[in-house]
Amino acid sequence: MKKEAKKTLIRLVVAVPLMFAFGFALVPLYDVFCEVTGINGKVFQSEHSEELVTEDGRQIALQFISTNNENMPWTFKPSEQVLSIQTGKYHTATFYVKNTTNKTMMAQAVPSVAPSNAAEHLKKLECFCFEQQVLKPGEEALLPVKLLVSNELPSNIKNIILSYTIFDITDYSEKTLAHHQMDME
Amino acid sequence: MSAVIENHHDDHHHGPAKGITRWLYTTNHKDIGTLYLWFSFAMFLIGGAMAMVIRAELFQPGMQIVEPEFYNQMITLHGLIMIFGGVMPAFVGLANWLVPMMIGAPDMALPRMNNLSFWILPFAFFILLSSLFMEGGAPNFGWTFYAPLSTTYAPPSVTFFIFSVHIMGASSIMGAINVVVTIMNMRAPGVSLMKMPLFVWSWLITAYLLIAVMPVLAGAVTMMLMDIHFGTSFFNAAGGGDPVLFQHIFWFFGHPEVYIMILPAFGIVSHIIETFSRKQLFGYSSMVWAMLSIAILSFVVWAHHMFTVGLPLAAEIFFMWATMLIAVPTGVKVFNWVATMFRGSLTFETPMLFAIAFVVLFTIGGLSGLMLAIVPADFQYHDTYFVVAHFHYVLVPGAIFSIMAAVYYWIPKWSGNMYDERLGKLHFWLSFIGVNVTFFPQHFIGLAGMPRRYPDYALVFADWNMVSSVGAFLFGFSQLLFLFIVIKTVMGGKKATDQVWDGAKGLEWTVASPAPYHTFSTPPKVD
Repeated sequence: MKKEAKKTLIRLVVAVPLMFAFGFALVPLYDVFCEVTGINGKVFQSEHSEELVTEDGRQIALQFISTNNENMPWTFKPSEQVLSIQTGKYHTATFYVKNTTNKTMMAQAVPSVAPSNAAEHLKKLECFCFEQQVLKPGEEALLPVKLLVSNELPSNIKNIILSYTIFDITDYSEKTLAHHQMDME
Repeated sequence: MSAVIENHHDDHHHGPAKGITRWLYTTNHKDIGTLYLWFSFAMFLIGGAMAMVIRAELFQPGMQIVEPEFYNQMITLHGLIMIFGGVMPAFVGLANWLVPMMIGAPDMALPRMNNLSFWILPFAFFILLSSLFMEGGAPNFGWTFYAPLSTTYAPPSVTFFIFSVHIMGASSIMGAINVVVTIMNMRAPGVSLMKMPLFVWSWLITAYLLIAVMPVLAGAVTMMLMDIHFGTSFFNAAGGGDPVLFQHIFWFFGHPEVYIMILPAFGIVSHIIETFSRKQLFGYSSMVWAMLSIAILSFVVWAHHMFTVGLPLAAEIFFMWATMLIAVPTGVKVFNWVATMFRGSLTFETPMLFAIAFVVLFTIGGLSGLMLAIVPADFQYHDTYFVVAHFHYVLVPGAIFSIMAAVYYWIPKWSGNMYDERLGKLHFWLSFIGVNVTFFPQHFIGLAGMPRRYPDYALVFADWNMVSSVGAFLFGFSQLLFLFIVIKTVMGGKKATDQVWDGAKGLEWTVASPAPYHTFSTPPKVD
């Protein structure tokens, strides 16, 4: 084979694993992209910040929706359907959960925010969705979420919906969960 | 001629080996091209039989013939087999036959890899088809295999599906590497890049697309495999993953894949229209630039397949405009073909009929694509039969008509015999009428709201579905005539001249008909 042909061949052969790796690189890139732009309703944990706290906030409605993923038998509902909150102030809302089965189970709640351009202005200081919940048979709990809606929220948004879907993750291996925990921090 | 060869028994330039080993061990580009073409024909008939099952079930509303679970397996396998087994190997087969002859090279650059890339394909499809007989049935999640349908809720045979996609991908990648190395390094002296025949150009671009996106597809199915068997959560929301991420990765592969299936068709049609118009092709360099721009744009439009997943407004606007931008280079090509025909001395042999039908019907498919690109309209059309009509218009009278045109156009060169023109024309008209009767009504039922991928439908859609099914049976059974014509031509017929068509230009028409086993062992002189 000619020297130039070998060069072309090597270049192309190198390109294949690179593109394979690029496919996998899309996974973290996707998360980074969502975090930077605040789309996809993904809200990550934020630090307490005094700068965001203001007194001249406006009233908006914060609605809560809870959904059980397919066969998840727990009772899961917001303590209040709607909170009237003020932007630039920390508020705490709670969700009620009860393990209605006769075995110990582990759950994970996955959040979503609508409209999606509100997500970047929603700062969560604490959220039960940042960790897993383990409940014994019949055990119940109130799960808190402490959040602030920044004053920079576009003025056309008067209503934010915060929804959680709760998944049964009892059968997931410890290893997967440890990995997931790291991602969230 | 043969007497001369017999006198040189120890001459290096021998003919093909005898028996089955000729095909198993062959490294000859013409043999491998033939293998690819027959393989894709077999897959076309199998995938077509599945389409017949689908249209038979949809002939009337209600459940008649198959179970819904089996119907889902049919739509999945029909898509996978037609795309990965029918269209793609047919184009690779044409590339094998034609690229070396068109650029004056003695063979492909990597003949042994060429053999390997073909011979792993039958195994891939054996694995895929064998899943029909497995417990839980074949893959049933549609050819786009969206997670979590294809992970959490998939039948156990999904693992076999994943491995078969890996093998198909490896085959395509090897084929593509071979094409690029051949074109970049083995052109006869004088064949500069901007003098290459357009089919060669179209394949060079296609090969780069394949190398860029097939590994991404391999990555997507590998992530599925890990989610299913190794406890990862790439696409599982409960574990921190995201099902929408699957769609992004899939369509990052999937949209360039669409152009992989149409660019070689552009090349073929350019040659045929040029020949039967007896004129020089209008706008050669704009054709090349148009194909390059289509290829580049194909990487930034993927999310138009997922307008309804809840993209932010800015993304929807970007992907809408980027998609519409593709109409510009595509329009350049269509106008160039029309301009080539304008005031030409046209004759309408079978390849030309298929090529003209390609231009008209592919344009219809392109325009319905533009309608789908409009975000608010797409919210209505998404996942309806309008989408089914759109992509079948670009793939059946688009890609597949171009392959049929290519077979009629070059088979005299391959076999040394002319095909039966009367039967060829009959095949064309049956296919042309069949394809339109099948897919045109699907625009109507799609706009009226019939969703795709269901084995049953509301009574209001009954009439057009029946028309569509009748057209499908006509189109499907006409392809047996095509099989007959090809076999008849290979077996014998009127001998073809070397040039075959009086307007034909290009190096492949300077060699004897049938093309000798080895061509251009010494490079031809090209001015």
